[in-house]
Amino acid sequence: MIDYWPLLGIALVVLGFALRFNPLLVVAVSAIATGLLGGMPVLKVLAALGHGFNQNRNVTIIYIVLPVIGLLERYGLQQQARSLISRMRGATTGRVLILYLAFRQIFAALGLTSVAGPAQTVRPLVAPMALAAAEKEHGELDEATAERVKAMSAATDNVGVFFGEDIFIAVSSILLIQGALRAFGIELTPFELSVWAIPTAVCAFLIQSLRLLLLDRQLEKRRR
Amino acid sequence: MIDMHWLYVFAGTVFASFAAASIRSSENPKRWGNAAFWTVLAISFWFGDLLGDVGNGILVLVLVALAGFHLMGRSAAQSTTTKERENFSKRYGNTLFLPALIIPLAAFLGTLLFNYTALRNSGLIDPKSVTLVLLGVGVIVALIVCYAWLRPPAMAPVDDGGRLANAIGWALVLPQMLAALGAVFAQAGVGTTIGAVAGHIIPSGSVFLGVLLYAVGMVAFTMIMGNAFAAFPVMVAAIGFPILIQQDGGRAAVIGAVGMLAGYCGTLMTPMAANFNIVPAALLELKNQYGVIKVQVPTAIPLLIVNILILYIAGFHL
Repeated sequence: MIDYWPLLGIALVVLGFALRFNPLLVVAVSAIATGLLGGMPVLKVLAALGHGFNQNRNVTIIYIVLPVIGLLERYGLQQQARSLISRMRGATTGRVLILYLAFRQIFAALGLTSVAGPAQTVRPLVAPMALAAAEKEHGELDEATAERVKAMSAATDNVGVFFGEDIFIAVSSILLIQGALRAFGIELTPFELSVWAIPTAVCAFLIQSLRLLLLDRQLEKRRR
Repeated sequence: MIDMHWLYVFAGTVFASFAAASIRSSENPKRWGNAAFWTVLAISFWFGDLLGDVGNGILVLVLVALAGFHLMGRSAAQSTTTKERENFSKRYGNTLFLPALIIPLAAFLGTLLFNYTALRNSGLIDPKSVTLVLLGVGVIVALIVCYAWLRPPAMAPVDDGGRLANAIGWALVLPQMLAALGAVFAQAGVGTTIGAVAGHIIPSGSVFLGVLLYAVGMVAFTMIMGNAFAAFPVMVAAIGFPILIQQDGGRAAVIGAVGMLAGYCGTLMTPMAANFNIVPAALLELKNQYGVIKVQVPTAIPLLIVNILILYIAGFHL
């Protein structure tokens, strides 16, 4: 007989996120509810939560880089990154975004995930460049097309960071994989894991690039 | 020997500096909440191993209360204006990238150097945590280089690091919290339950169906939780380890790494991953709040198929 009650914790997470409660609160409430429904006494649930949090401190280690990044931003790191990319300006929307995709994947693979992002680069830099390239090539854009170009800019940023970061050996997801497998007695180095992120990274680049080239073609057709 | 404990002490010090920066940012009306949050996190990193499990659990509850009851705020103030930053950028040029690159280079090249030379047996660094220790060393070296080269005010790294930390806010510990949730799920038997359910679905002996269920399960669970980090430990406990690795003899590194990446395909398709999918739609002032997800789905699905093939081929047939 399978005990289905602990699965209620998952339902709580879905509900909590759907109702827009603070995610930390949702996670903690779900953890406690799941433990209690799984038949654990209150103190044991609290201990399990505390133990899990303490054992996974390595996931949060990466933020020791913030003082260095913050200091460099004070001296214009973001502005310099922008001027570097704007000098690489290509002709079409698709090519601009493919270049950004490459830049985003390579930087993420070097562990520099926070040098770019929706707020840092996409809104001030990438989306305007993609829109400008589209307008230059195809004239004034209707609202639906402009919306699509902007959405593609944000999507390209996500694809780049998701499928680049796991190549870096000290990123938190690699450390999480290592920890989860260690629980079953399997010892792997971060390097052994990050190597296997490379084939997917290459395919992600190819698929997203193909879609961006198709976007160029759709923009071209729309003009005729 | 330098091991993770040294790094936790260093990280605790960095978090304590975020607390100091929060107190100094007088424009933030909730600065004491921020300072309390970073102080508790610093205590966790400094003394976590001495507090006992219940003690750590109480620290978690305090962090959750500070975030959940909206006791944290952020300050919009910048240390230098955008105009000043543009001038600095013209003055220092691409050299500005170098200190930022010291950190990943120290971690990456240092690890290679350590693993393939006599250093490995010197007992200086714990081989299990060499990458992270070298990352910490890289941060210290980069800070020294920045001080020597840019000559910032003494408190600049504290203030600017704290400014970034407070911009991220409570979300900074969300991945660690989700990992802790995964641990509680495991103890309460959620993985066993899902595994038992999956066991009913999988006809044993079909490796491909096992791989398919593992990858699709990662996607489904990631979409529900909004984060592949929470889904991963559960799916590994349910299918990845007992069926794919133990029963079918799959290669653990592939099952681990590519399983997580299959989960990322789910992250591209869910509104639960608000920081990636909903916040950018708002930032770009899109009419459709699901506009970003809509254009991500046609990338996520072919990529999921690719991941399933990599899992099957590299995990079992290479």
